[in-house]
Amino acid sequence: MDVLLLLADGMLVSLQPLNLMMIIIGVTLGLFIGAMPGLGSVNGVAILLPVTFLVPPSSAIIFLAAIYYGAMYGGAVSSITLGIPGASTAVATTFDGRPLAKQGRASLALVTAALASFVGGTVANILFTLFAPLLASVALSFGPPEVFALMLLAFATFVGLGGDDIPKTIFSICFGLVLGAIGFDQISGAPRLVLFDYNGFLQGIGFLVLAIGVYGIGEMLWTIDQTRGDVTATTPQMTIKGMAADTKEAARRGWKGTAIGSFLGFFVGILPAAGATPGSLMAYGVAKMVSRNPEEFGKGAVGGVAAPEAANNSASTGSMLPMLTLGIPGSPTTAILLGGMVIWGLVPGPRLFVDEQQFVWGLIGSFYISNLAAVLINLAFIPVFIWMLRMPFTILAPVIFVLSITGGYAATRDMFDIWLMVGFGIGAFFMRKFDYPLAPAVLAIVLGPIAEPTLRQSLLLSSGDPSIFFTRPVAGPITVVALILIFLPALKFLRRRPAKGKRPAS
Amino acid sequence: MKFSKRTLFGFVGATVLAAAPIQAFAQDWEPRKPIDFVIMAGAGGGADQIARFIQAVAEQQDLTTRPLVPNNKGGGSGAEALIHVNTASDPDHTILVTLNSFFTTPLRQENLGIDIQTFTPVAMMGVDPFVLWVHKDSGITTFEEYVAKVQEMDGEFVMGGTGAGQEDSIVIAYMSGAYDLDIKYIPYDGGGAVAKDLAGQQIMATVNNPAEAKGFYEAGDFVPLLAFSDERMPAYPDVPTIKEMGHDFSYYNQRAVVGAPGMSDEAAAYYQDLFTTIYESDEWQGYLTSESLSPLWMDADAQRDYWALQVENHQNLLAALGE
Repeated sequence: MDVLLLLADGMLVSLQPLNLMMIIIGVTLGLFIGAMPGLGSVNGVAILLPVTFLVPPSSAIIFLAAIYYGAMYGGAVSSITLGIPGASTAVATTFDGRPLAKQGRASLALVTAALASFVGGTVANILFTLFAPLLASVALSFGPPEVFALMLLAFATFVGLGGDDIPKTIFSICFGLVLGAIGFDQISGAPRLVLFDYNGFLQGIGFLVLAIGVYGIGEMLWTIDQTRGDVTATTPQMTIKGMAADTKEAARRGWKGTAIGSFLGFFVGILPAAGATPGSLMAYGVAKMVSRNPEEFGKGAVGGVAAPEAANNSASTGSMLPMLTLGIPGSPTTAILLGGMVIWGLVPGPRLFVDEQQFVWGLIGSFYISNLAAVLINLAFIPVFIWMLRMPFTILAPVIFVLSITGGYAATRDMFDIWLMVGFGIGAFFMRKFDYPLAPAVLAIVLGPIAEPTLRQSLLLSSGDPSIFFTRPVAGPITVVALILIFLPALKFLRRRPAKGKRPAS
Repeated sequence: MKFSKRTLFGFVGATVLAAAPIQAFAQDWEPRKPIDFVIMAGAGGGADQIARFIQAVAEQQDLTTRPLVPNNKGGGSGAEALIHVNTASDPDHTILVTLNSFFTTPLRQENLGIDIQTFTPVAMMGVDPFVLWVHKDSGITTFEEYVAKVQEMDGEFVMGGTGAGQEDSIVIAYMSGAYDLDIKYIPYDGGGAVAKDLAGQQIMATVNNPAEAKGFYEAGDFVPLLAFSDERMPAYPDVPTIKEMGHDFSYYNQRAVVGAPGMSDEAAAYYQDLFTTIYESDEWQGYLTSESLSPLWMDADAQRDYWALQVENHQNLLAALGE
């Protein structure tokens, strides 16, 4: 009960005029920062951190939370309208958001993204409120074998029931894993796969560089190739009535993805090793797996927009948990928030929930309000985003190209990454030409660097015995489910074979 | 917003000028773009905490005209960070928060082509001691019990620490040699992850810095057994040092800030002033006390001598440990 009182208190504090203003400004700024490719919530929070010293600490934290939420919503906008992921957390949103926009249904995709984000954020806030201390211990029970099992499960969702060509999917995953292995080895410290001795490869391949290359530039080349430059612009209409219809359709076709994303995202978010990007990709995989028509995914499934968007919002809230209770930031943005907290004399760690109850619940209270403000402001801006799509493709394509290049440069300020990005764009174009699915490669480059060290740490723990993945109470079931999913296509294949073999005999 | 910030900066600048005339020449050079504030370790570890604290103090007191942007590059036992800084395209806007892998990584990986004496000394913010921690549920309360337990488990006692050849592995290897312990060592990408996995009892003991373990210690989860400092630490008066046990060994992690090779003298002077101001701030002095760091202030020349001495020490340590 105490908790609820403190929470209500926190919400009331957020509704004071100054704080409400901070929320509205923060969400709006965050929305546009998030929508700019290359500028994610990390940059938003980092750039605007100094501003927070002009207001009292509670307002400052609220302001940062508002930017964080706004950016999470904004990431989807450029993913859908331009096909360039606005932030690494929104990469999965491009898989189906962009096809929907091309079909002239951008408003449906944007409405779905906004609503799914809202539900994801709200579910995460409620889970956080009810179970925070309990969930902190769940996060602790995840050692290296458990994290690896979870990563295996994530790969399995992409292989098992995808409906894509399985050998090509596996090729894509392996390709991504190899790219993910480039750079320094965490365990021995030795450099690996430094192609042509370029120092740029030492730091590994930046995920955003890959994503912008594959989706921004690759997509642009693909569209030009498909249409031979003759793009019949689908001018999306925007009416209040249309938006209401979109809302209904989003709810009808996206609820399942939203539900999956909300819960899975939160759970992945609370693991310090993971964060919102793996969360959204895994949610996409699971949504596709449980969908009744998985073949729709990648071609404009509403569920394919809802799941990652719900998940990235939910995971962002979830990643606050390891930050507050363990002092380990779950994402780069929470790391900056952590820096902010330290200035105000708040020490994150197991004692924070006991010693600083008012701060913690005040923060959570402001999350509820920020989330609500974010969805309302986002919905209000949808017509503006749609308007961008009215530009003819001959203008839009150079805009996409310029935004991709600047976005890729903004992230690391390294020209090497630009060339790499262009290379990925061209590579992705050819992979699509030959019908290789791109999403598994993108997933692998995100999860590979998490899976590899945990695999090796687990095997060190067990002195090389792989049974460690089966005998531990949490890791065991996850590994078994993952293996079943991976071998499901093979089993199906075997079951079909004897049936075929019998026919000529009978 | 811009107006008020600038006014505030002017005010702070004026105060600094009035207080210390010697710092006036620092005004000759000022950063023109955000400063790449590279950290040689992953998020959540001791070096990361310090970097974020420094960033916070700089922001709060508006000490820099452009922000310090933390950039975690923990890969390859800090090699990723060293290469990044060594080849920085703009050395005047690139600084590095170091730990002892600043000495060990170039020693272990000569092919990286890093000569740390080419880096620019900025400030020695303090040194961070190491402490041996176990989880309270292990039932171990003294170092003697710990030694007995490790020997009883005969190679199955699991400890976590940072990457191979890094600080934690040096401390653990020394202790293992001194007490004839057979320990299974699991490398992690940072002290934060190590402490988290001790809290979750994925591993059985660590040699975390006090700052990394403090939260769990205060919550009653971690038990300190042995300190690797020269003297007993004020915050942990009941924890014996390995020196008291008759082994002439102490080990600290340096918490220093260095500039990229090729940094201009003006920029170096600017950062040296900046970090002197931060070092002398009440916030930093409070941090040193609360997180059990020892102060070890040095000027630029003394830092270069200290680097040479540390490289020699680590050469001997690594050689003795067969690395």
